[in-house]
This record gives sequence, structure tokens and C-alpha cells, in this order.
Amino acid sequence: MTIQNKPAANKNLNSIRKTIANHKRYDFIFASLGTLVIASLTITLLILFLDLVIDGYPRFNLDFFSNFPSRRAARAGILSAWIGSSLVLLVTFIVAVPLGITSGVYLEEYAKKNWFSDLIEINVSNLAGVPSIIYGLLALGLFVYSFGLGQSILTAGLTLALLMLPIVIVSTREAIRAIPVHIREAAYAVGATKWQVCHNHVIPYSYGGILTGVIIGMARAIGETAPIITIGALTFIAFLPPSPIGLEPPFLNFEWLDSGFTVLPIQMFNWISRPQHAFHVNAAATGAVIIMLTLLMNGFAIKLRYNIRKKIKW
Amino acid sequence: MVKKITTNKISHDEIIKAESKNLNFFYADGTQALNNVSLPVYENKITALIGPSGCGKSTFLRCFNRMHDLYPGNRYDGQIILQPDNTNILSDGVDPIEVRMRISMVFQKPNPFPKSIYENVAYGLRVRGESNKRSLDEKVEEALKGASLWNEVKDRLQDLAFNLSGGQQQRLCIARALATEPEIMLFDEPTSALDPIATMNIEELMSELKQKLSILIVTHNMQQAARISDYTAYMYLGKLVEFDATNQIFTNPSKKETEDYITGKFG
Repeated sequence: MTIQNKPAANKNLNSIRKTIANHKRYDFIFASLGTLVIASLTITLLILFLDLVIDGYPRFNLDFFSNFPSRRAARAGILSAWIGSSLVLLVTFIVAVPLGITSGVYLEEYAKKNWFSDLIEINVSNLAGVPSIIYGLLALGLFVYSFGLGQSILTAGLTLALLMLPIVIVSTREAIRAIPVHIREAAYAVGATKWQVCHNHVIPYSYGGILTGVIIGMARAIGETAPIITIGALTFIAFLPPSPIGLEPPFLNFEWLDSGFTVLPIQMFNWISRPQHAFHVNAAATGAVIIMLTLLMNGFAIKLRYNIRKKIKW
Repeated sequence: MVKKITTNKISHDEIIKAESKNLNFFYADGTQALNNVSLPVYENKITALIGPSGCGKSTFLRCFNRMHDLYPGNRYDGQIILQPDNTNILSDGVDPIEVRMRISMVFQKPNPFPKSIYENVAYGLRVRGESNKRSLDEKVEEALKGASLWNEVKDRLQDLAFNLSGGQQQRLCIARALATEPEIMLFDEPTSALDPIATMNIEELMSELKQKLSILIVTHNMQQAARISDYTAYMYLGKLVEFDATNQIFTNPSKKETEDYITGKFG
């Protein structure tokens, strides 16, 4: 029994509590700073968005979505722009996603690690940060002039796919690296080949991370204006591309790929550069539509990712 | 009083299932992890590898299913001869996948795939091209029974594997390794992440499994080696110090180092 030690222990306890309180102050300071920064960013964004919505409010009706652009601001709509955006994004998605995922898998699982793979890695990471206008110039030279694809939906889709590709590759590689070594070894240990490991394990387990990259890429692509202007997209389009889906067999046609087009941000840019205030209202409404589309895509991605991750635990 | 004494000589009616001959192993950075290790693995016996951390016992184990091939730059030197076909499984001409199809492995940490219980066990069979539903069902059931897990999971085969307890997960991994009817099963400290009851279950399971196959196990736990194994090898600094029948090693080791390690004076 060490009764006589008790007061000493008590004193000790007090000093321990004091030390803990002191250290916890840093937790508090960091948490408050974090909250402040997040809140100011969110609020700024929210104000911008609300401003757009309020400015564009008079134009939020069905006509706005089903009318072509017009000289009369009140009758002008974004039909050709949102259809153009959708079709361009469709091409982007179909090209960039499979190519990006397979590139990521190849680089991570198959490529030998040497100076060459390092070079590719540095390049891919850099490409993700290259200004989009550079992609526009590349596309103008390569797709429009060299390949003769013209100023078409196909060209725009391919251009945005180039832009999106590094994002998808980088996020695929990150997701693959997050798979624990012991899961991979378990698959190899039962006698799986590299392809079986990739196909049955590596790719399915990385869907969550890949999806995030795809959505970030798509969200970037939907708002890109510079490269699309560079390849010569039209700003005033009063017709629709041929429908991709037909009523008669083979139900799909590909003429739309060759069609001229405009996209939402270009339509917005066009309207904002007009002097009349009425067109500025249209521009604000278009901006609000773009932001809402982005939010919708992100929300969908988060939900999907949540569902996927619920099933995966190491 | 009858005192059972095993002689220093290993009786000759044992059948060699695999044998490493002058095995050296080098990691990519040039460190030599194994130095001239020659060791037999007998058929239907449990051979335990003991030794302090970093002595190369896991490295040695992982040579048997060419796990080191997954990482570039690793190098084997020497042979592991697998019987009855007398194949040197370390030879460049032998596909590591072929080796892994004959020799399966259970890891230190339970590592089920994030898939259903059924799919975990069936995976080895699917990799071999088995797709017949009835045959898969039968083999999965047989493997789960073999790993004494069937009664606990038979009503929830489609549940995700990570919902099982740690001990159940490890038995699931054993079922997965068992489903493909391997000739040798490698265990890399299979119970180090488990509680005593789960450990006991796995140990009992191993003693049953040796009726069907040969077992090579790495363990940190000397009592475990003494309880379950028929033969024990003591390794230190990448070298095989002593190999003998387990009761010989634990009661009358011929080397001083072995005795020091086993009695706890060293290690």
C-alpha cells in the first residue's frame, strides 16, 4: 500500500490535465481555421450561384430549354447548346474512360518500372495541368487539319477527351495503389494470371476512385470553353445535329459526329458579349444550368461511390 | 517407465514431397536473405520453420510458390525439387502460375477478397476455368467443410466475407487454398492475428489437413511449432541452423544455438 504517495499522484494528475488542455488548444485552433476557410469558400460559391439564379430567374421555363438561340433575347433558348454539350460529352466519355482506365492499369500493373515509365508518369501528371487552350491548338492542328475531321462534334469530343484523359489515368493509378498488397498476393497465390488479377480484382476494387476521376474530368470538360473555341465551334446554331438514335434498324447512326455544334459555355460567352441587358439574363440562366449540371453529376458520383465502397473493406 | 526416444536420424519411411537444395535468395537491393538452405518437406507431415524475426523463414516459405516473382529484381539461386515429378520449381522454364496451382498459401493476416464467401472459395476454381455451377457448388462445400467452416456459413454463402470474424476469415482463406486440392499448403504465421480460441481451431484444422497434403508453416510461436509439427527447422540469419523431428529439436537439440533459442536465452 502506498497511501503516502497519493497527494503526489494528485499533483501529477493536475499537471497532466494542464498539459493535455494546452495541447488541445492546437486542435481547437486548427479546427476553427479549417471551418473558417471552408465556410468562406462555400459561402462565396453559394452567393455566386444564387446571384446567377436570381439574374437568370425570368428565363427559367421550358421554352428556354426547347428554343434555339434567337436575335430576340426573350425568345432565345439553349436547345442547341445543351444538346451539343451532351453529345460532345458523350464522345468524350466513350473515348476517355476506357482509354484512361486501361492506360492506368497498364502503367500500374504491366509496365516495367524504369526511366521510360518514370518519363510517362511525369508527362501524364503534367498533362493534367496544361492550360486547356494548348489542347485546343493541338486539336486544331491534329484533328481539324491533319485528320480532316472538321469543326465537328467528334473533334470537340476528342479534344475534351485529351483534356480528361490524364485526370482519369492519374485517379485510376491512385485507386489501384490503394489496393493492399495482401489482397493482390492472395489472388496471385491461388494461381491467377496478371490479367485475371486485373480483371477480377484490381479494376473492380478501384471503381470508386476511378469514378471520382471520371466525374472530376467530366465536370471540367462540361465547362471548358477555350479549346472548343479554338477548334472553331460556332456560336450561333439554329439547328440540331442528326439524332444518334433512329426509329428504324440499325437504330444508331453516326452522322451527328460530323455535325456542327455549340456548347453551353460558348452559348453563355456569346450572350454575355452582347451589349443588351436582356441577353445577360440569358447568360446568367445558362451559367446556373451549367453549375446545376455539374452539381448533379457530382451528387450522382458521390452516391455511386458510396454504394461501391460499402461493399469493399480490407 | 517407457521413454520414447526419437533418434537423431529421421526414419527412412518418410516420403519427400519437396526439397530445397542449396537455396540462396537475393532481394532486389542485393541483400542475401537465404544462405544455402537445404531442407526437405515430407509428405503428409507438418514442417515448422522457427527463428527470430528477420531470419528468412518467411522468405524461404515464399520461395515455394514463387511469390518473390511478383516483385522485380528478386533472384533465386539453387533448387526446390517438387516430387513426384522431380520438377525444379525455381527453374526459369517453370511458370510460377503452374507452381501456385500446385502449392497454395495461407497468409499472416486473413486476406479474403471483398467478395462473397462463396466467391472467395470458388475463386481458385474459376481461375482454373471451372464454370459448371453444380461442380463449383460441390467443391466449395467440400472446401468449407474441410476448413470446418461449413456449419457456420452454409446459410449465408452470399454474404460478404469481411462480415466474418477474424478466425472465420482465416478459415475461409484456408478453404480458398484448399478448394483447388493443392499438394502442399504454405502457412505464413497463420494465427498471429487471431485470439487463442481461433488459434486452437486453426491448429486442429492443420492436423486434420495433413492427412491429405503436406504442410510447411512459419511460426513465431514456439509452443505452436511444438504442438502441431512433425518436423522443425530452426533458422537464423538466413541459414538453416538445425532441422530434425520436432520432439528431438525441443527436447534434445544438437546445436547450442537452437537450445538457446528454444529455452528463451536468445531471440
